[in-house]
Amino acid sequence: MTPDLQTLLLGKLSLEAIPYHEPILVMTFAAVALGGAALLGALTYFKLWGYLWREWFTSIDHKKIGVMYIIMGIIFLLRGFADAVMMRIQQSVAFGDNMGFLPPHHYDQVFTAHGVIMIFFVAMPLVTGFMNYVVPLQIGARDVAFPFLNNFSFWMTASGGALVMVSLFIGEFAKTGWLAYPPLSGIAFSPDVGVDYYIWSLQIAGVGTLLSGVNLIATIVKMRAPGMTMMKMPIFTWTSLCTNVLIVAAFPVLTAVLAMLSLDRYVGTNFFTNDLGGNAMMYVNLIWIWGHPEVYILVLPVFGIFSEVVSTFSGKRLFGYASMVYATVVITILSYLVWLHHFFTMGSGASVNSFFGITTMIISIPTGAKIFNWLFTMYRGRIQFEVPMLWTVGFMVTFTIGGMTGVLLAVPPADFVLHNSLFLIAHFHNVIIGGVLFGLMAGINFWFPKAFGFKLDAFWGKVSFWCWQIGFFFAFMPLYVLGLMGVTRRMSHFDDPSLQVWFIIAAFGAALIAAGIGAFLVQIGVSIWRRKELADFTGDPWGGRTLEWSTSSPPPAYNFAFTPRVYDNDAWHDMKAAGFQRPTGGFVDIHMPKNTGAGIILAGIAGVMGFVMIWHMWLIAGVSFAALILTAIAHTFNYNRDYYVKADEVTTTEEARTAQLAQLA
Amino acid sequence: MSDTTLNNRFLVREHHPENGTLLGFWLYLMSDCLVFACLFAAYGVLGRSYAGGPGGAELFDLPIVAANTALLLLSSITYGFAMLEMQRGKVGAVQLWLAITGLFGAGFLGLELYEFHHLIEHGHGPQTSAFLTSFFSLVGTHGLHVTFGIVWLITLMIQVGKFGLTTANKRRLMCLSMFWHFLDVVWIGVFTFVYLMGVL
Repeated sequence: MTPDLQTLLLGKLSLEAIPYHEPILVMTFAAVALGGAALLGALTYFKLWGYLWREWFTSIDHKKIGVMYIIMGIIFLLRGFADAVMMRIQQSVAFGDNMGFLPPHHYDQVFTAHGVIMIFFVAMPLVTGFMNYVVPLQIGARDVAFPFLNNFSFWMTASGGALVMVSLFIGEFAKTGWLAYPPLSGIAFSPDVGVDYYIWSLQIAGVGTLLSGVNLIATIVKMRAPGMTMMKMPIFTWTSLCTNVLIVAAFPVLTAVLAMLSLDRYVGTNFFTNDLGGNAMMYVNLIWIWGHPEVYILVLPVFGIFSEVVSTFSGKRLFGYASMVYATVVITILSYLVWLHHFFTMGSGASVNSFFGITTMIISIPTGAKIFNWLFTMYRGRIQFEVPMLWTVGFMVTFTIGGMTGVLLAVPPADFVLHNSLFLIAHFHNVIIGGVLFGLMAGINFWFPKAFGFKLDAFWGKVSFWCWQIGFFFAFMPLYVLGLMGVTRRMSHFDDPSLQVWFIIAAFGAALIAAGIGAFLVQIGVSIWRRKELADFTGDPWGGRTLEWSTSSPPPAYNFAFTPRVYDNDAWHDMKAAGFQRPTGGFVDIHMPKNTGAGIILAGIAGVMGFVMIWHMWLIAGVSFAALILTAIAHTFNYNRDYYVKADEVTTTEEARTAQLAQLA
Repeated sequence: MSDTTLNNRFLVREHHPENGTLLGFWLYLMSDCLVFACLFAAYGVLGRSYAGGPGGAELFDLPIVAANTALLLLSSITYGFAMLEMQRGKVGAVQLWLAITGLFGAGFLGLELYEFHHLIEHGHGPQTSAFLTSFFSLVGTHGLHVTFGIVWLITLMIQVGKFGLTTANKRRLMCLSMFWHFLDVVWIGVFTFVYLMGVL
């Protein structure tokens, strides 16, 4: 090939982009390639491709999409946690003459990838997965407002995630930290493809997140069962609504600021450059105007999960429903008024810093109200310490500590001392692990029987919980200490040997957390193995209170044979108390959306376009962009998007359910 | 189980919730509005960072921009006419007004491209200063939206011709209508904030 043709077709990509000189990456690649080949081989051998394509990949069923989101989140959790383990090992050995096993350029990619993956490809998919799975069931709907868009959103998220994974073996990832501040992330200081991988993976996944936000708002506003007024919505639906409002109002800012950064990198414009009038501080402001609401996007839905769990396992109506709703709404609004606390030290002046310090402290008031509501729900309740409840109690203890260190950081003079120190790292892991992750684990244990018809094994669930809970404190309390001593974040080597003991304790904590993750995987394996013993045919294993527990586990594709009428905010509890009998006849045709492969195809093309843009393969980029637009237009010519499940079929499904319930009695 | 409990607790016919497309599309427009808000904010921050080069007063040619604005505003009126014909159920008239709207849009884009070409030709491209960076991105993003609007408009003309004014197509015309008027509103912001205040 002539050099011109090669540049036209392959851009910057060449054999040198393959990191075969990095033994860690070569070994990882070998493991991934072998594992991947085994998986693909098994799928082909057992002839599962057709099944996967028809029943899952092209499915527009919100329940299946929700499950796929959650599986994706768990897979990425393993990748993100592998990064965490590498950092903990590196920092516990790299003292004095020992440089550790990760050179700085590799270490920098590891901490960037860890942050990006944990936020965008672990926490976001898990949270979105729960909202997808649970919200339509809780509001008595058959699906979301835009079922095709839902499938497309999932595949866009998956496509963005795939790009991050590809960066491991072709080229490299950003070395800038998870928010890629310029001028470091600009073309002058990061000429490699790392930041481009960062930009394109987030842009593609961001489209999915935004559309899923629009989708769920429209679902909650338009598709609630008759009688379910706003103040009769289950609290998880409320927190989901607020979260999706935050997504729609925050993610466009991320899209815009990353687009500006890419213009700087690709076209040579001067938004954030050091010369010709660029202003890097504008990037920092804009990205945090997205970034602060983002933390509430993650934590509000899990507040909803905790609310459902606490009231179910205390056998009581949630204490202070209205105050819980108002607290959620207040947090939604306040989350837009605090972004500057992420950079008090950047010279905005005393009055600006005071304003943002005070708004930040005010957020702790509605959050505190929530904690008290949960405590009062438990007060004089008949508490069952099932696994979801353990995570909830663990959360209340851990999150309160994290919240208090957050208020400490909200004081600007204190922040000048603690800014970018390990104290900050300990704080946000304290709230994200102790809040979001504990909530997601509670949610998985709580709703798993709904999704699959059998409970998760409680013993291994408890092992996992205790390893996480204790491991968390071992891993992050030393970081508070180190931060107070002035140790800064993102260091791959230290000179002062007196610090080492703290890092060794933290590494021990990470090992305990690894055991917790292992126990969680064992829990899933053991539960599948023992699924007959753990089976639940009632559809309501915990004595639930909201509508998702009124249908079978797993629910039929249409969720409810008849749309329920709602009179109370604990609708299912109210139905049970009124001696509700399941309808057994008189079924009618049910209107349902049709599956389509358009979502996965479009997202696949978008992923290819992202990859070729990263490597400056302009010709293929143009072709794939045209393909994307034409495929999207072609999809709009498909008007045949719904069908009716015939009454006969509904009757067959429901009669099987009746027989199953009769066996129980 | 008596029939009344069943009726009290369940709808015994199929429940068809209200269609959410218009709400959903409006939400999308608001998110798009935020993208423009960021670009406006960037222009607000960088709009006077000339880096020793020329500013808006020297570069902007107001008569062209006035013609441009007129074209876009007229296209909104003609889109309105298309919607009126849609209410009357006249496929041909809808297509005609859509075509006129599209031509106005294309005229707008032509003038904008001429302006961009002229600026770049004289060495005032988006790379020359932060002011020009933010100017080109804001105006260019609006122009890109108009381009996609025209592609969408042509698609809809074909679909209306092929499938008639069905419920689905009426809903799509409504969405494009919101999109088109939204671009008009954004342009009024651009015209005032960038061009008029720029030459002050």
